[in-house]
Amino acid sequence: MTDVQAILEKVTTKYGKQRSALMPALQAIVKEKNYLSDEDIVAVAKTFDLSTAEVYGTATFYTFLDTVPRGKYVIRVCKTISCHMSGKDEIIEALQNTLKIKVGETTVDKKFSLLTANCMGWCHKGPVMLVNDDVYPELTPQKAIEIIQSYQQK
Amino acid sequence: MSNYMVNLKINNIPVSVPEGTTILDAAKKLNFRIPTLCYHEDLSVAGNCRVCVVEQVGARLLQAACAVPVSEGMEILTNSTKVRQARKHIIELLLSEHRADCTECYKNGNCELQDLAHEYGVNQHLFIDLARKRNYTIDRSSPSIIKDDSRCIRCQRCVRTCDELQGVSALAVAYKGDHQKISTFFEHPMFEVVCTNCGQCINRCPTGALIEKTYIEEVWDALNDPNKHVVVQTAPAVRIGLGEVLGYDPGERVTGKMVTALKLLGFDSVLDTDFTADLTIMEEGTELLTRLKKALVDKEPVALPMMTSCSPGWIKFQEHLFPNLLDNLSTCKSPQQMFGALAKTYYAQKRGIDPKNIVSVSIMPCTAKKFEANRPEMRASGYQDVDYVLTTRELGLMIKQAGIDFMKLPDSPYDSIMGESTGAGVIFGATGGVMEAALRTAYEIVTGREVPFRNLNITPVRGFEGIREATVKIEGCLPEWSFLEGVELKVAVAHGLANAKKLMQAVSDGTVSYHFIEVMACPGGCLGGGGQPIPTNLEIRSKRAEAIYAEDESMPLRKSHENPEVHMIYQEFLGKPLSHKSHDLLHTHYKARKRY
Ligand code: SF4
Ligand code: SF4
Ligand code: SF4
Ligand code: FES
Ligand code: FES
Repeated sequence: MTDVQAILEKVTTKYGKQRSALMPALQAIVKEKNYLSDEDIVAVAKTFDLSTAEVYGTATFYTFLDTVPRGKYVIRVCKTISCHMSGKDEIIEALQNTLKIKVGETTVDKKFSLLTANCMGWCHKGPVMLVNDDVYPELTPQKAIEIIQSYQQK
Repeated sequence: MSNYMVNLKINNIPVSVPEGTTILDAAKKLNFRIPTLCYHEDLSVAGNCRVCVVEQVGARLLQAACAVPVSEGMEILTNSTKVRQARKHIIELLLSEHRADCTECYKNGNCELQDLAHEYGVNQHLFIDLARKRNYTIDRSSPSIIKDDSRCIRCQRCVRTCDELQGVSALAVAYKGDHQKISTFFEHPMFEVVCTNCGQCINRCPTGALIEKTYIEEVWDALNDPNKHVVVQTAPAVRIGLGEVLGYDPGERVTGKMVTALKLLGFDSVLDTDFTADLTIMEEGTELLTRLKKALVDKEPVALPMMTSCSPGWIKFQEHLFPNLLDNLSTCKSPQQMFGALAKTYYAQKRGIDPKNIVSVSIMPCTAKKFEANRPEMRASGYQDVDYVLTTRELGLMIKQAGIDFMKLPDSPYDSIMGESTGAGVIFGATGGVMEAALRTAYEIVTGREVPFRNLNITPVRGFEGIREATVKIEGCLPEWSFLEGVELKVAVAHGLANAKKLMQAVSDGTVSYHFIEVMACPGGCLGGGGQPIPTNLEIRSKRAEAIYAEDESMPLRKSHENPEVHMIYQEFLGKPLSHKSHDLLHTHYKARKRY
């Protein structure tokens, strides 16, 4: 709990306790902890004087604000039309085979989660994936596997 | 709204309305009804369903009539081919994501979506049926409410109700796009979250996605069981609401017909919650005076302001949101639960019936009463004190099921014992009513004279203002109450939990000081309860309030302490208010619950 409090403390000193500070708060927690737990949402609701359902609603609206535990590296493959046309399905298949998980799942060693996401604005260089905050455009299945392997070594 | 008038034409008819009026309201003025789904008079405008679209001559896009204000010279068509087609399309899309098996749906026959589908002659089969492909959840965890996502059109009326009217926000919009849904915190069951079971969201849901949990079949079973003695109590606000389900306009008093109908349904004894409302006044009035004495004479620490406890949605709200103020709640059970405890003790004894064969049913304008009856504290008689709680709507449905032509029924009086009541019991059904009833009695106990208001009507506590306050100066006390001489009794009344929240925050912060506060969870009080006929709006609630006060004035007795059956029960059974027996049967305690 204390670490969430510390994060919230930091955010509220910077942005205040207005509702407009809710997003920065949620982002900050996800950045540190990878996802928003039950207790995190309760802490946020208390801080901003909102109901827990409201905070949960806001968090689930944004794909990047996870409410289930994720691996250390969260892979998000763009599923929107351009990337779809340029072969996102093959990328996903390659990743699933390499990591031995399906979309939405996390590896047993909690290292990788495989997710899809909406357009990231890299349509001209699709297919695209994100690993945490890093963008990898113009993927081929082989390239995708190599990228993952490089993270496996980390 | 400004005084500046805007001139426009709707369907070629000129009209002028104040600046800021929406197209929807301007059309209403000309008696053109524009269909709506997400719009509700009691709520802010969301503008998300688009079913209210109208054509503005010269504009390329259709406009949402509920959200767009009029402008000078505007020409609006509410029923052009373009408009009709667009609306039809929108309704068809909604239905394609909707489990529209109307014959199995509780809202069949009283559903805004169904009505529109009918009006627009939609062809549901033009679209793929997406509803069946989804993993919908139907949440039956609450004893009061069923939340069925497969019938939700995501109009968000419930979300706005719970936030704007009730200040609870147990429901929120989660996810987006085609995954969007109405969700509790982490999709926990309704029973486990801050929901107060008030049912205000049910009253405003245009579909069958939020409905009360019904116990009609259980009640039929009891009525058909020859070994059971089935007693029924009817809450004050049912008699002025039930008519709406059975063909009357809002504001019709159908007390006598309702009693006849209940007898025809087969209840062995048709009794009145108003009787225990009167009893509540005796207990709660005495409790208030006792607390005041402790504070003023004995200088003992005592929780003031005292707060009323008849509204179980309000109680659960306090338990979640202001557990620091639980001692301020009167320990009196609600009239429903007092009745339940007495039905299986006092009534059983007097009628010589084994309480285990008594089935106690109550007809309530309320969904939270279903939860209340199931609280573990509510078993003072050694049995569950109230077995089944039906809403006004459910009673209406039972009367229809029985094929009773309600409008043609003669009037009947309530049975006895526990059927006698006064006008003070009746006004429990309106916001401010408990306060008024309590003042009528407490003032007279203390001074020996009637409250100094014309015709006993304590108008300052009446009306629909969210929070109202009044001061009653106590003068000419009887000797034993001399410590109250000259005291200005300060009272406040709030209805709708969002108003209660403001008031409680002020009490918590110590920025206000009162002696006595009445809170009703529902806007308008029980007459606007979550179990009352749908639809609801301010006009309907005003009509119901007029009916309540008319009922009060029509009663020969209008003060709780004059109820002869109340005298009798104290003489024969309870002793006196706050006696040991009263404590066992008529009083309760509360428990703190999680706010988050
Ligand atoms: S909610 Fe309305 S349209 Fe849907 S199944 Fe029920 S009655 Fe039919
Ligand atoms: S539950 Fe009812 S009120 Fe709430 S969004 Fe769904 S249809 Fe609208
Ligand atoms: S019953 Fe009342 S508190 Fe519960 S979700 Fe509906 S409006 Fe909110
Ligand atoms: S479609 Fe994939 S980045 Fe835009
Ligand atoms: S009623 Fe106007 S957009 Fe829904």
